[in-house]
Amino acid sequence: MSVLIFVETTEGKPKPSSLEAVGYGAKVAEMLGTQAVALVLGEAQELEKLGNYGASKVLHVADSRLNTGVIQAYSSAIAQAVEKENASVLVLAKSSLGDAVAARVAGRLKAGLASNVVDLPNLSNGFVVKRSIYTGKAFANTAINSERKILAIKKNVYPVTPTSNIATVETFIPTLNDNDFVAKVTNTEKSTGTISLPEANIVVSGGRGLKGPENWGMIEELARVLGAATGCSKPVSDLHWRPHHEHVGQTGVKVSPNLYIAIGISGAIQHLAGVNSSKCIVVINSDPEAPFFQAADYGIVGDAFKVVPKLIEAAKKL
Amino acid sequence: MKILVCITHVPDTTTKIKFTADGTKLDSTGVQFVIGPYDDYALSRAVELKEQFGATVTVLNVGTAETEPSIRKALALGCDDAIRIDAEPTDAFFVAEQIAHICKQNNYDLILMGRESIDFNGGQVHGIVGELLGIPSFSPVMKLDIEGNIAKMAREIEGGKEYLEAPLPLVLGCQEPIAEWKIPNMRGIMSAKSKPLRVIPPTNPQELTKSLSFELPPPKGACKMIPADEAEKLIELLRTEAKVL
Ligand SMILES: Cc1cc2nc3c(=O)[nH]c(=O)nc-3n(C[C@H](O)[C@H](O)[C@H](O)COP(=O)(O)OP(=O)(O)OC[C@H]3O[C@@H](n4cnc5c(N)ncnc54)[C@H](O)[C@@H]3O)c2cc1C
Repeated sequence: MSVLIFVETTEGKPKPSSLEAVGYGAKVAEMLGTQAVALVLGEAQELEKLGNYGASKVLHVADSRLNTGVIQAYSSAIAQAVEKENASVLVLAKSSLGDAVAARVAGRLKAGLASNVVDLPNLSNGFVVKRSIYTGKAFANTAINSERKILAIKKNVYPVTPTSNIATVETFIPTLNDNDFVAKVTNTEKSTGTISLPEANIVVSGGRGLKGPENWGMIEELARVLGAATGCSKPVSDLHWRPHHEHVGQTGVKVSPNLYIAIGISGAIQHLAGVNSSKCIVVINSDPEAPFFQAADYGIVGDAFKVVPKLIEAAKKL
Repeated sequence: MKILVCITHVPDTTTKIKFTADGTKLDSTGVQFVIGPYDDYALSRAVELKEQFGATVTVLNVGTAETEPSIRKALALGCDDAIRIDAEPTDAFFVAEQIAHICKQNNYDLILMGRESIDFNGGQVHGIVGELLGIPSFSPVMKLDIEGNIAKMAREIEGGKEYLEAPLPLVLGCQEPIAEWKIPNMRGIMSAKSKPLRVIPPTNPQELTKSLSFELPPPKGACKMIPADEAEKLIELLRTEAKVL
């Protein structure tokens, strides 16, 4: 038996959310009295360091065809690793790739899958996980009754402190066939040099109150000094002031950072749905009646064009 | 071309969620149910493809009789016929098995649905269906064009987009801006009443997961207000009090 953790990489390095997943998976392995095995697909470096997060072994599929996420091939490789390691639990971090892959693996292995998991499983009576539902408005306690179980965990639910432990790295060669590669990725457009929104610990987000795309300079500047990612409300991406992948909320990216700073966003229920599991919410709005203040931890009633420059100055002194 | 669109019937996005006193069920009093917003995008794209290629579009829902207003709305938007699998959609694997079962009898070229339902937000059904049918699945798809037997798509990834090509048949989880949401017109609403709706019992009603109880998040504490002319104090509070900087 074992707990297998699928580790997503960008440019050959594990994503921070996947490191959290390794820590989470190692804890589940400890609860089950077994070991945690991490799985990395595609070319990657320094994998023994996944031991720092609790993996005792790393399976590495060093196949360059897997350097970017190929949903079917990934699913096939992961399912084969689950079988090879006789894993009773597969853990992965929620992401656009993680979600797509988890579902296919579940289909293949007839494994019960719980997504948006926010806590360690409760093993006192079966295997019960707490997951976020209704886009963060509620939680469900869900029993997984299948022999194999898949948990897709939400960001920021299980912080880990790395140790100096080292994992053994083992090469793994799954059987992949042409059918796993029928889909061709013809192009990828990715903003570089900025912090990825779903991975960010701090998010600075702007709404229609900012009046136009030309005013995003101060949002980007505040994000830069705080080491934050930038986000926006839906109308802002609908108006093409910002790219669609920055749109936060019910119909956009769901974030759960340590700090979410909302500037000129009214706080419509559909926007709140995507941010309500943030640890700390700051709202800056000129309207004292803006509904967002009811969901906030800290608030400033004021004109963003005056308040934000002050915050940038103060943050520079940190 | 034959298209299947799978829809959910879920509480409207403005719903204040509450549960029954014993915490085992959604308290649906006063809740307005709608077609899931992501499913609405899938439906709209399917109807556009029908106009472009003369495709036939079937709408499918796994649900009890209460979901029929949503199914009729999908017919009013331009779907040709409908299937309702008569069962509570409690587990993604169960729902996917129902859909895959219908697909095996019908050879659809495209199976479209929303990227996720907005009740359980699992985002799993399209992937499981793809696996059960042995065909590719992609999600979240924000652009879809068909050229001959090839689908050309854009999929949202963290921080950008990935452009993909794959041969039909395919299963896709859709999101904006794949199409514009549509509103049914009077003619659509009238003709929807007489379009065929088949009600079919579920196959193999086994569930791999079961939700035992539901709860709401703890209430939020009061918001600490900082005067605008002392805005810089916020940064200090975030560092020393909230400890998030
Ligand atoms: C099915 C559905 C799904 C949706 N999904 C989403 C979603 O995922 N994400 C999302 O964001 N929305 C979503 N919406 C839209 C949502 O209902 C709101 O319309 C939207 O969030 C409003 O965006 P906003 O707050 O930027 O704009 P507005 O509501 O226009 O608010 C602008 C705010 O800026 C403030 N302001 C103006 N000037 C200043 C200034 N100088 N300084 C400071 N503050 C200022 C105003 O007081 C106001 O509160 C959805 C809607 C529907 C129907």
